[in-house]
Amino acid sequence: MINTFIGNLGHFAVILAFVSSLVTAFGYYQFTVVPELEKKTWQRFSRLAFYIHSAAGITIALALFEIIYSHRFEYFYAYSHSSKALPVHYMISSFWEGQEGSFILWIVWNVLLGLVLIRTNKAWEGPVMVVFALVQAFLVSMILGVVIGDLKIGSSPFILLRDAVSAPVFQINPDFVPEDGTGLNPLLQNIWMVIHPPTLFLGYATTLVPFAFLIGGLATRKYTEWVRPALPWAQFSAMVLGMGIIMGAYWAYVTLNFGGYWNWDPVENAVYVPWLILVAGIHTMITFKKSSTALKSSIVLIIATFILVLYATFLVRSGVLGDSSVHSFTDLGLSGQLLIYMLFFLAVAVYLAARHWKHIPSSEKEASVYSREFWIFIGAITLALMAFQVILPTSIPVWNAIVESFGGISNMAPPADQVGFYTKFQLWFAVTVALLSAVGQYFWWNKMDAKALREALVMPYVLAVILSAVIIVFGKVYDISYIVVVLASTFTIVANSTILYRLIKKSTFKLAGGSLAHIGLGMVLIGVMFSSGYSQVISFNMSGLTYSNAWEDELNKEHVLLWINKPTQIKEYTAIYRGRQKKVKGVPGLVNVNLLKSTDNVNEAIALGDIVYRGKTFYEKGERVPIVLEENDYFQIDYYKGEEYQFTLNPMSQFNTSMGLISSPDSRRFIDKDLYTFVSAINDFEDPEWREDEFFEVAPGETFFISDFVTEFQGGEVLNQIEGVDLRDGDVAVKAKLVVMDYDIEKILEPIFIIRGNQVGKIPAIDNELGVKVEIDNILPESNQFSFKVNRYQKDYVVLKAIIKPQINILWAGTIIMLFGFCVAIYRRYDEFRKMRDKGLEY
Amino acid sequence: MKKGHLIGLGVIAVAIIIIVSMIGDASTYESFATAKAMKMKGEDKAIHVVGELKKSAAGAVEGIEVNADKTSFYFMMVDNDGTEQKVFYNEPVPPDFARAEQVVVIGSYKNEDLFVADKILMKCPSKYQENEVSTAGM
Repeated sequence: MINTFIGNLGHFAVILAFVSSLVTAFGYYQFTVVPELEKKTWQRFSRLAFYIHSAAGITIALALFEIIYSHRFEYFYAYSHSSKALPVHYMISSFWEGQEGSFILWIVWNVLLGLVLIRTNKAWEGPVMVVFALVQAFLVSMILGVVIGDLKIGSSPFILLRDAVSAPVFQINPDFVPEDGTGLNPLLQNIWMVIHPPTLFLGYATTLVPFAFLIGGLATRKYTEWVRPALPWAQFSAMVLGMGIIMGAYWAYVTLNFGGYWNWDPVENAVYVPWLILVAGIHTMITFKKSSTALKSSIVLIIATFILVLYATFLVRSGVLGDSSVHSFTDLGLSGQLLIYMLFFLAVAVYLAARHWKHIPSSEKEASVYSREFWIFIGAITLALMAFQVILPTSIPVWNAIVESFGGISNMAPPADQVGFYTKFQLWFAVTVALLSAVGQYFWWNKMDAKALREALVMPYVLAVILSAVIIVFGKVYDISYIVVVLASTFTIVANSTILYRLIKKSTFKLAGGSLAHIGLGMVLIGVMFSSGYSQVISFNMSGLTYSNAWEDELNKEHVLLWINKPTQIKEYTAIYRGRQKKVKGVPGLVNVNLLKSTDNVNEAIALGDIVYRGKTFYEKGERVPIVLEENDYFQIDYYKGEEYQFTLNPMSQFNTSMGLISSPDSRRFIDKDLYTFVSAINDFEDPEWREDEFFEVAPGETFFISDFVTEFQGGEVLNQIEGVDLRDGDVAVKAKLVVMDYDIEKILEPIFIIRGNQVGKIPAIDNELGVKVEIDNILPESNQFSFKVNRYQKDYVVLKAIIKPQINILWAGTIIMLFGFCVAIYRRYDEFRKMRDKGLEY
Repeated sequence: MKKGHLIGLGVIAVAIIIIVSMIGDASTYESFATAKAMKMKGEDKAIHVVGELKKSAAGAVEGIEVNADKTSFYFMMVDNDGTEQKVFYNEPVPPDFARAEQVVVIGSYKNEDLFVADKILMKCPSKYQENEVSTAGM
């Protein structure tokens, strides 16, 4: 049965949210402009409108989640993003897999932020909420799904499958509901994908808050006052956005197999750029609070941050990136709408800023070279240039589109070696930022002149050089640009640690945010330098096979072929591939597929033997076993050093009908490095092409060779019953027992031969891992021999890539310290606000 | 000159360096014919070629030769002008390769007959564009 209620409810909520956001904007506009006496009424009216909007926004989200949660596959969204086999936490990822869902997520975050602002900051309620409501109107319009003539506004997540696709089945039966959905993209079936998108969207959503304060400030001529409330929000936004970026990087590292955590993919760049600009903006705002300079730069940077977030949304969702990104959403025809959204706020911001520009106070006096303002300003410029260097090439598809829309032809493509291209600039910018963050902090806390600066910096400098020398020698850093990275990073770590120490000794921890964040920055740089700059592929192919082309021999083959059970050298390790495994519900380890026989039910198998883990039996033979995502295969690869077992890695691959093979890495974590491995190709034995028949006539006790496996025919045995076959009186069934030896593994193959009257039945024994099928072709009583028919396929194998990532933990630790620094800074600014509020200076 | 002007000049200089370097390092979309002409002129820059895998009349992909150690392979590609070209890729066959509707190879000619791809981008039939609904559940 098709349930249309929930979809109609959702769609109604969308329309209500859209209308109420416009009403809210109007109401708050009135509230802002009307005389004091009427304000109360307008405030009550606008709040009510926003509460209705909030309720509608949350209803949209609940309705969509209900559709996914209740497996209502009559809805296109559930059908195309979810399936029955998904556990609940992945249903949450299904929610935001599609564009519509992620817009809803964004809408809900804005609703929550709006409610918080109404409660906490009453002085700014009017102008700030006008901006909020307008943004909400644009966002809700993206999922409006209203068609007026040829104009389609938004793409609704609540459309029914029969309206979304034109399959013939709906002509026969309009009430047809598919049994199951097409599932969630396997790359998103990862716990980080449950928390990364909400974090990122919260980051996106929070960039609106400082922007709204700024616009409100310009419109109401409070040119300087907006900075106070905007600053903690900007810091919060930078912290959340930074966390979102790092989670994305970590997700890529543990799930994707491009071999790292950052690929300079357009989508990554599109988030990185606003973050850099926002961080620059925070620095200029802090400067302004201290010394009344840099207000204009703050205004420009805060506007740029918000517009860049909208630009990122446009890049990712308009389809303009095309093939140049792994993440980009499919084009829903929203590009026009997204463009209008961005241009509207750009126009409003530029108009307001330009109109009020000459009234915005700025300091006429030149900043001295020995002032903190000067150095922070240089730092902000560096961050801005850093962002510019990334956004310019990322926008190449946009440049092409612009040229083409004017009838020109542009065949510019992104740089072929993206990593090399971006690194060559970003490295030096990062070094500059690190140096500035060391020197800048000294200026921040002390009055400086040339002499004082020299004195203050000598100690950290000497310490940093000594520390760098240690890192360079022990880390074997011999590349000149990397040596500079080490010097600059240790310098900022040492300098900021010194300041941190003094701050804690002298006053409270509250002021330590800046130095902590900068220490984190230094660590991130060192971590990135080692883990990326010195990342080393160790899985060189040493099979000794020659290639059809001589020049190929000179190429580095960066993958190694592992045949099952065959020990293969990978640098200092001997790796042995031991077969495929599945994840079984309730069992802590993984279970070999040889113990499981799949049933017709989704995610279910029958145990072919007892499933035991560390001496404890979890399932007995013959029991039904629930499997966690049965498409996932975990390849067991054991690592030895010499004879000694070291550890096992289980890189995963999923054979997905819609996306083919998806591969996820598995890494061994050491303190000073990661061994990162993933499977790049696997054997497909779903439908093997068996090679031609080979016949062997063997007597019991004799040994023969099936390809290069030593095989012992241990003898035949007469059976009284066979599982799955009904034996009648007079039937004769014989089972042969063959022991096949592959390296250290013995496999038993038991083909069966049945005689009924003058008919013969043969049940072959198949071993997929060895790629062997054996059948008893005949029994030859006169010579006491069995005749076996053998077919071969290739043995199971995996192609593996293994990479050493040195010091990656310094990177992760650095990001945590940096985020912690942000939190301390936010707390400090919030505390400031609270004290002012309690004194009645702000309410 | 004031410091502000110096900084301004510095920013402009860096911005120009960034723009020039982007234009210099940006790759281009070419056809196999123009890519070969570039190689003949001695330009070794990596370029993008867009096309499809070679298919037989029945629609099956042909010409994929995987090396014995399965770590690299050759394939036949037809660019948008219809030129057929043998391409080498020093990586295992990407999952779903044969299903790709469109292939972008980034690389350059090794010699007159062989194009070596440093990177392959594939456009696969996306699950979102699925228009057929399985009727198995009826």
